[in-house]
Amino acid sequence: MENHPLEYDYTVAKMFMLTTIILGIVGMLIGVILAFQLAYPGLNLMLGEGLAEYTNFSRLRPLHTDAVVFGFTLSGIFATWYYIGQRVLKVSMAESKLLMFLGKLHFWLYLVVIVAAVVSLFMGITSSKEYAEFEWPIDILVVVVWVIFGAGMFGLIGIRREKSLYISVWYYIATFLGIAMLYLFNNMAIPTMFGVSDIGESGVGVWYHSVSMYAGTNDALVQWWYGHNAVAFGFTVPIVAMIYYFLPKESGQAIYSYKLSLLSFWALMFLYLWAGGHHLLYSTVPDWLQTMGSIFSVILILPSWGSAINMLLTMKGEWQQVAASPLIKFMVLSSTFYMFSTLEGPIQAIKSVNAIAHFTDWIVGHVHDGTLGWVGFMIMAALYHMAPRLFKREIYSKSLMTAQFWIQTVGVVLYFTSMWIAGITQGMMWRAHDEFGNLAYSFIDTVTVLHPYYVIRSVGGLLYLIGFFMFAYNIYKTMSARKVEESELQNATPMGA
Amino acid sequence: MDIAQLQAYGYFTLTIGLVLILYGYIYHLYSKKKDVDGVDYESYSNMALKDDIDDTPVASMSEDKAPKSAKK
Ligand code: HEM
Ligand code: HEM
Repeated sequence: MENHPLEYDYTVAKMFMLTTIILGIVGMLIGVILAFQLAYPGLNLMLGEGLAEYTNFSRLRPLHTDAVVFGFTLSGIFATWYYIGQRVLKVSMAESKLLMFLGKLHFWLYLVVIVAAVVSLFMGITSSKEYAEFEWPIDILVVVVWVIFGAGMFGLIGIRREKSLYISVWYYIATFLGIAMLYLFNNMAIPTMFGVSDIGESGVGVWYHSVSMYAGTNDALVQWWYGHNAVAFGFTVPIVAMIYYFLPKESGQAIYSYKLSLLSFWALMFLYLWAGGHHLLYSTVPDWLQTMGSIFSVILILPSWGSAINMLLTMKGEWQQVAASPLIKFMVLSSTFYMFSTLEGPIQAIKSVNAIAHFTDWIVGHVHDGTLGWVGFMIMAALYHMAPRLFKREIYSKSLMTAQFWIQTVGVVLYFTSMWIAGITQGMMWRAHDEFGNLAYSFIDTVTVLHPYYVIRSVGGLLYLIGFFMFAYNIYKTMSARKVEESELQNATPMGA
Repeated sequence: MDIAQLQAYGYFTLTIGLVLILYGYIYHLYSKKKDVDGVDYESYSNMALKDDIDDTPVASMSEDKAPKSAKK
């Protein structure tokens, strides 16, 4: 090899960092628009009647969910993998031309998928399955991207110097395998052009249209086995991977109990896959399956809190760091929100509670205390930790980061508290009846009552978005901030005033 | 035995099997301080804390594969 010492190569991590930020902005901006549309329906026509097709709530909603899930979150997962993977395996991507090539190919093909997804969803092309809206041509491309991601991951593991795999790597592998299995099964579909209708016509429909291989109750079952585990392997497992690396690293503390991390890993894997039934309570799926979903959901508290408590205890005796560092604040709040949403989820999974919660805004509240508080905060913290190491510069501004932390925290709190009140109000009003069984309220009564809470949610979401812009700006300015020495990058991230 | 019955027995056996494996693993973790390679579980945290490219691995794959720059 040449003279200069071997270094980790963060080229691909940088590329995915960029998409994390851009798609985060896009997804959350659409989220805020959706929130205001629910409060002020006139906004569905914000660009006039002519463009209403593109600006209405229904068209934008899947764009929001897919942009934040498959754009922001997934990019964050990739960016951190291409950073953590090399470090804990102690091998640089620069050592293998093939891995470098796979990494870049992974990025560019991913970008193609994103563009195809955004364009097709804007055009209204969808398979109408939540979180699986992409039509089959895009699905095939998704599979290719995923296989390349996996090949790169196992390739890097194959040339590692560290014999054992750090716990985060276990979680990344689980993410890869879990999503591979789920995505394939749920997206099984037959293009309509291959079908023959009842009256014998063939080549029906547009070439990119398809129908699911499953029908009726089976479709619901497969969809929510997927949907729930998309939460598991997209919003939980890889985020745990991140916090198990970044929190110990940033604080300089060893994980409170490495054994507990291994134990929670297997317990989480064992339990999560059975809990999907809680999305289908009181539906047409078999009763035993609903009960099983409820029970596994409640037990799921154990491994979830196992990981979260392990993280909080890592900070034992070091709480002054939480006060001193906004970056650690982000991570500690993130694991707190993880505990919070994994307590809330099991409660909502209890049948009698779900009877009130299902179809209401309480679910939306649950979704966003998980995603904004846990997923969003952790991904931003990860990028804040990585940026100085990627650019060899200090974080541009610590005070900006602190301000962002508080603004976004207020945003999340406004979001979920308003949705709790709205959701429970909705649930109670829908079921209220008089002594003869006549419903006490009509649907529009609930809409009127909910208006103020929708406004509060919109404001909360807007605050979170503003915080995200502050984050993007801080990272952008970091690229030209003060240069730092390697020695300053050991643990606590260097930050400018 | 029809297929549904076979499925039910298979399903039951699988669940019991997985439970046993999980609890066996929990018992193993709690009764042993070190894993089969003789490494103390808790020292695995150092894989993250000491992760510069020329830090010494917790358990090395093999001697000759140490990074070039590490052999000063
Ligand atoms: C122990 C863990 C958890 C359990 C048992 C759980 C349980 C539930 C339940 C019962 C529902 C409502 C189903 C319905 O009535 O429609 C739900 C919805 C949801 N949860 Fe969780 N949850 C957990 C953790 C999380 C976390 C950590 C996140 C995200 C970071 C999350 C994201 C979601 C999403 C996105 C939905 C909405 C799905 C949809 O209807 O589109 N959950 N969860
Ligand atoms: C600026 C912040 C955000 C705002 C204002 C916002 C707003 C919204 C709104 C208004 C909805 C539709 C709710 C409904 O149909 O009643 C929604 C759904 C959803 N959002 Fe967000 N969102 C934000 C950020 C995020 C982030 C960062 C994520 C994930 C990482 C996320 C994940 C989701 C999911 C999974 C759903 C579907 C929930 C369901 O079907 O139950 N959101 N969001």
